[in-house]
Amino acid sequence: MGPFFLVKLSVLALINAFGLFVIYSAWQVSHWGILGSMVAILIVANWVYFSKRMIAAKYLFPGLVFLLVYQLFTMGYTAYISFTNYGTGHNATREDAIAANLAQNENRVPDSPSYPLTVVTGADGELGFAIIDGDDGVLVGTEEQTFEAAPDATVTDGDVTEVPGYSVLTFGEVLEQQNEITSLRVGFDDVDEGSIRTQDGSTGYLYRSVLTYDEATGAITNTDTGVVYSDNGEGSFEAEDGSTLVVGWRVAVGFDNFTKMFTDSRLSGPFLSVLVWTFVFAFLSVATTFFLGLFFAIVFNHPAVRGRKIIRSLLILPYAFPGFLSGLVWAGLLNRRFGFINQVLLGGAEIPWLTDPWLAKLSVIGANLWLGFPYMFLITTGALQAISSEVYEAAKIDGARAGRVFRSITLPLLMISVAPLLIASFAFNFNNFNLIYFVTEGGPNFPGSPIAVGATDILISMVYSVAIESGTQQYGLASAMSILIFVMVGLISWLGFRQTRKLEEVI
Amino acid sequence: MRRSIVITAAVGLTMALAACGGGTGSGEEETTAGAEETTEDGGSAGTLTIWADEFRAAALTDIVAQFEEDKGVTVEIVEKNFDDIKDEFIAQAPTGEGPDIIVGAHDWSGELVTNGLVSPVELGDAAADFSEVAVNAFTYEGSVYGVPYGIENIALVRNNALASDTPATFDELIAQGQATGAEYPVLIQMGEEGDAFHMYPLQTSFGAPVFATDDTGSYIPELALGGDAGTAFADYLASIGQAGSGVLDTAITADIAREAFANGESPYILTGPWNIAPFTEAGIDVTVLPIPSAGGEPAAPFVGVQGFYVNSYSENAILANEFLINYAATEDVQVAMYETGGRIPALTSAAEAVSDDPIAAGFVAAGEIGVPMPSLPQMNSVWAFWGVTEANLVSGVATDPAAAWATMVDNIQGAIDAA
Repeated sequence: MGPFFLVKLSVLALINAFGLFVIYSAWQVSHWGILGSMVAILIVANWVYFSKRMIAAKYLFPGLVFLLVYQLFTMGYTAYISFTNYGTGHNATREDAIAANLAQNENRVPDSPSYPLTVVTGADGELGFAIIDGDDGVLVGTEEQTFEAAPDATVTDGDVTEVPGYSVLTFGEVLEQQNEITSLRVGFDDVDEGSIRTQDGSTGYLYRSVLTYDEATGAITNTDTGVVYSDNGEGSFEAEDGSTLVVGWRVAVGFDNFTKMFTDSRLSGPFLSVLVWTFVFAFLSVATTFFLGLFFAIVFNHPAVRGRKIIRSLLILPYAFPGFLSGLVWAGLLNRRFGFINQVLLGGAEIPWLTDPWLAKLSVIGANLWLGFPYMFLITTGALQAISSEVYEAAKIDGARAGRVFRSITLPLLMISVAPLLIASFAFNFNNFNLIYFVTEGGPNFPGSPIAVGATDILISMVYSVAIESGTQQYGLASAMSILIFVMVGLISWLGFRQTRKLEEVI
Repeated sequence: MRRSIVITAAVGLTMALAACGGGTGSGEEETTAGAEETTEDGGSAGTLTIWADEFRAAALTDIVAQFEEDKGVTVEIVEKNFDDIKDEFIAQAPTGEGPDIIVGAHDWSGELVTNGLVSPVELGDAAADFSEVAVNAFTYEGSVYGVPYGIENIALVRNNALASDTPATFDELIAQGQATGAEYPVLIQMGEEGDAFHMYPLQTSFGAPVFATDDTGSYIPELALGGDAGTAFADYLASIGQAGSGVLDTAITADIAREAFANGESPYILTGPWNIAPFTEAGIDVTVLPIPSAGGEPAAPFVGVQGFYVNSYSENAILANEFLINYAATEDVQVAMYETGGRIPALTSAAEAVSDDPIAAGFVAAGEIGVPMPSLPQMNSVWAFWGVTEANLVSGVATDPAAAWATMVDNIQGAIDAA
């Protein structure tokens, strides 16, 4: 029962209090998934930290929780979305789609008057409407009972205030039953005439519904034209002539999104050139930043250089800026007409840095070089200092020149420690969305291309452009493309790490 | 044994999380929980949540306070970035976590309706009190989906120190601008990706609207921007672009155009009401005029209308409609929204109340021949191709304007068909 136990106890008490709060909040809004997972986390947390046998789990548990929430759940959910048609027009459930389609096709009868309306309840608590019809005075009716005259009703200032046999709802009571009231339809004796509904509880309008949903067949029928829209299995109600109702719903579509990338001619052409450029971009990004960083590291590692500390700190500066901000600044600097580089450094030469395909590629590599070399400079400086000076002395005694020393000693020894970081850097640049988006927005676009992608688009910016930014949103397709990128990056990293291990075995 | 426990817990948790689907952040839940408490306490009969951007949120404060007092309800205004409102609403509304009302642009309606997220609003007799273009803009497939409050369109803004009378055609305007010796004869923002919105009046003056209209004046998803009229416009763009007379330049972005005009470097700029404040602050005396025609027909700019939508998943439909019809659609609110945002009120009486402002009157006059921006979901497929092609014509990258324009029309059609 030392002080550490007390500290542990109070920390766990805090965690439990927070967890219970989350559980309570989730219960109030009926989020059973969050509730269940929070209960599980709390039980496991208490068990792990109060048990005497779970030593290893005590260290792993926080990391595992974050791994689950931020990595596995995200990945699992992305994978799930990639097998659906989630996107514009397929946004919710089938019930929601039916309700939306029916609501959208319930139209006010042209030239019909507006009726002052009061919400009432009958003796058995059934909701109803009392309206003032210009010719017939007050009419009252419920869902079951069509409108009938109520000659004894009281009307004050154009509003029905009392109806015999019914009680009039106050505004507060109306608000308590909003859903029931907005979905209430009170009809006239003549069915075809339509029915009265209200949106604000004080005015009624005559509506006619064009579509009806048949529970038994699961189809929607247009009562005016007789056209039947049936469930086409792809998340839409479709008529025989191929026309669909506006609102659809989310369904699983199997591998459609994955095959679309290769079979849809609009996507597959640009997809290949974007794929090639993605690899070139990621490779060049790593190579240029690594060699520039290494160059600076070697130069400023030499004892003869004065003011090394200051220069080193200055070199790290670009790393301190947020990447997207640097991207925007570079886009401004490289503007063809007003950019600092053309305007001041090149004396007004209008070089199309961002609008010529090849110069734009050069520009993003250049901007990335500026952003990325400090990182490489940092890690290579560290790695260089870890190499024992004895091997250099031995090389000197053997009469090796500087170039030979670099190739045979410095580089191999350096690679052992930095190769995994280079692979990680490759993976990062493979998905370097910020840089591309803020420097060139993927442009210049391929002239005449059937989708809006351009010469500097990498896969992830193409995903954004195709599936989210342009046209209707296709989250399913975007997820499928993201999964594909994930697999590629994973494969490359795996191959890379296997090679790195061989590197170690050689030495 | 130990390991298997951890793994079992991990798997269970993942499944639980997956089951909850697109659960929302805890912040949202707290708000809802708090709202329920208020109701249970008996303090108020309901809570209305409105998403609006900062300007509109500020304009709504007074009227919301009035509404709360009159009805004994609570109204919560959540400030959002205007550009995020639509996407967040689309993601959150089906989960039941969305707001009751959002303040947005009319051209969202196609997408929102297609996703089944907004309810038709019955304006009733009040419909006649609004300007016709505003109600038409919010009409989609025969139903009105929003209560409009503000109208905006671009116009020709003149620097009175550099030019005093404006000719009737765009070519004469360019000649006049060049004669003044100013740096730019006329400024139209575009940027390397193009800006079809600001270029649209020139395009319509050649008789090439983006979509065809049916006999009631509603847009139908049938492209109309091709053909001879479209080609004539493409040729014209190239002729006044960098390879031609150099009047237009893709390097002129919105920021650059605004700054150049504020510095007195051009007698004319094509811009909207949102840019007037920077000009007057820079001491420029401006007049707002209709846009001269380039191709012979009237130069009709896009008219954008802002308004209120009701969430179709809202649990407070009556309260939301009550607020929209009987409060937001009143003259006071519409004038207040004008004063904070500069957009011309959609309610005719409110528009008249502000019409003694010559700037507002100028934009109204320029918008009289304007057309609502199409709210068809198909419109989303148009922008990117449209802007880039115009940028290519202006920059001279597309050497054959007719072919470039035809390719663009094909690509847009392809994108619409694929969607």
